[in-house]
Amino acid sequence: MEKFSVLNGLVAPLDRPNVDTDAIIPKQYLKSVKRTGFGPNLFDDWRYLDPGEPGQDHSQRRLNPDFVLNQPRYAGAQILLGRENFGCGSSREHAVWALEDAGFRVVIAPGFADIFFNNCFKNGVLPIVLDAEIMDRLFAEVEACEGYRLKVDLEAQSLTTPAGEVIGFEVDEFRKYCLLNGLDDIGLTLQHVDEIRAYEERRRQQAPWLFGAE
Amino acid sequence: MGAKTLYDKLWEAHRVREDADGTALIYIDRHLVHEVTSPQAFEGLRLAGRTLWRRDSVLAVPDHNVPTTQRRDGVAGIADPVARIQVETLDRNCTDFAITEFHMDDARQGIVHVIGPEQGATLPGMTVVCGDSHTSTHGAFGALAFGIGTSEVEHVLATQCLIQKKSKNMQVRVEGDIGTGVTAKDLVLAIIGAIGTAGGTGYAIEFAGSAIEALSLEGRMTVCNMAIEAGARAGMIAVDQKTIDYIKGRPFAPGGEQWDAAVEYWRTLVSDEGAEFDRIVTLDAGLIRPQVTWGTSPEMVVAITGVVPDPEAETDSVKQSGMRKALDYMQLMPGTPITDIQLDRVFIGSCTNSRIEDLRAAASVASGRKVAANIKQAMVVPGSGLVKRQAEAEGLDRIFIEAGFEWREPGCSMCLAMNADRLQPGERCASTSNRNFEGRQGGGGRTHLVGPAMAAAAAVAGHFIDIRELDEPV
Ligand code: SF4
Repeated sequence: MEKFSVLNGLVAPLDRPNVDTDAIIPKQYLKSVKRTGFGPNLFDDWRYLDPGEPGQDHSQRRLNPDFVLNQPRYAGAQILLGRENFGCGSSREHAVWALEDAGFRVVIAPGFADIFFNNCFKNGVLPIVLDAEIMDRLFAEVEACEGYRLKVDLEAQSLTTPAGEVIGFEVDEFRKYCLLNGLDDIGLTLQHVDEIRAYEERRRQQAPWLFGAE
Repeated sequence: MGAKTLYDKLWEAHRVREDADGTALIYIDRHLVHEVTSPQAFEGLRLAGRTLWRRDSVLAVPDHNVPTTQRRDGVAGIADPVARIQVETLDRNCTDFAITEFHMDDARQGIVHVIGPEQGATLPGMTVVCGDSHTSTHGAFGALAFGIGTSEVEHVLATQCLIQKKSKNMQVRVEGDIGTGVTAKDLVLAIIGAIGTAGGTGYAIEFAGSAIEALSLEGRMTVCNMAIEAGARAGMIAVDQKTIDYIKGRPFAPGGEQWDAAVEYWRTLVSDEGAEFDRIVTLDAGLIRPQVTWGTSPEMVVAITGVVPDPEAETDSVKQSGMRKALDYMQLMPGTPITDIQLDRVFIGSCTNSRIEDLRAAASVASGRKVAANIKQAMVVPGSGLVKRQAEAEGLDRIFIEAGFEWREPGCSMCLAMNADRLQPGERCASTSNRNFEGRQGGGGRTHLVGPAMAAAAAVAGHFIDIRELDEPV
């Protein structure tokens, strides 16, 4: 996993609640057996006017001029602002792969769905929860000011606005540690092999029906 | 320690270790796998040179991409080459890692959340995971069951564990008698309407109360299935005699002496008297009427007797703009009676409502009636090959076909439209599935979620109709 420490990135606003993972990456693209290449289909139904299918040359499709991320001022954005319940619905990790493939490393919202939130950390994407009032202000500032950037410092757990205002955020200690160091969860868990085996032995005694005949 | 909730008990029974900050390693008993969210996980294992920790815990089935028209040709019968590769990839991974898989032409094949319980592969007291958010379904058996992402699928394959922090406890109590024509689907839609799609975020929800206890296991699965639509990763219901009776004799269930020991343990899987919940929500079952969603989020739901709501009446500005967007997408006017909404298609199926009881409820409405002329297609997709076989033994297929419904092979089908079953842009569908998101059933398609009898009634009437006011068949 790619490390995350400090990012100074362009901010794009997606001003609607309950953005679900079906909207982030529609189902036809889930047929891929790869982890990469989902970027061109991020928000596919909103982004293009014509329907898309996997394998198509998406650069030839008609862009929806009304979709906010199609505005030239947001090209190259790395930080996405969202609203309540961002990433709800399907557990598809493809949603995070699509965001990451399209260049986003940070999503800021007043609330995230649990599975999406978790999936972000597994892919070097930082989800940040801020109060709805602060979100309202950030949305207003981003829309008012072209080229609006935020500096995200994970170590310090802070955001810095162009005006120099510093906004703190919470992040789980363990997740922060993994993200800062680009650590692979499986490797960490396998450090506890003995404990897992001991648990398994106990469990096999207590509830043998949970174990197949092997 | 004092009184514990069901969730507390399940959590503690599976905790391998816990750090001071609450980050825990949780042991997983059952891992269900399907074709869409697993290929990258197996690939990850291979790339890292890792092996499977415990292959007897894994059960695999292709369900999302499979065609529902015919099964004779097996995988070769999948017309879409990209989808075919995905199912072939699952087959190959299961062969390589020696995992039990119900192949496309196996009578036991079906939607992953239907076949787990049907096989007795889901048992009380288990932790059950799957790379699919509706894994909450299995909580109906007093199990701790939740959806995971693909990285976590790989993590469980490699370590049999997950890294997690404990959720908060919520209890949703539905008390009183359920009215005629009201089903488990209506209860859960009403619950989501009451607490909102983010209401359960950060919680594990236990559904309780006399109306929940009165439900069959099929009904309880319908309720737990949609816990995720209320934002909760896990939904669960305490074990009672019905749970135990349901499991007895199923292929993966314990037998002999182990059965008695298991039952003794399972009976402890209830919240203790006086256990504390972080939040309790109580609904009166007697006030719940058949429900229909009007918008693009499951919380946008009203009773069949209601009207499409007016965003003007909403005071929260973010919610108000969300409602406007939803109405625009759904092409509905505020104030329209729900019973005036005309439909193009009807879908009866999905892991929410494709079990035998659901098909019986729909068939009882379809019996002696005909699908209305304005309905282009009304489709019944059983949840598994075994559900299909049972329905055919009861003659339900004949009832549906005579009424003008299509009788299909099992799979996810038009619940998410990854296969050929889908809505065309602008089409409106009454669906027994669980998500009414934009484009969920096909780009530009408009979905209204309902229970199975309400869906069948809508097919017959051509528009939504209160199941309680359906005339006798002619
Ligand atoms: S039936 Fe629908 S919700 Fe259920 S597993 Fe399949 S796609 Fe997911």
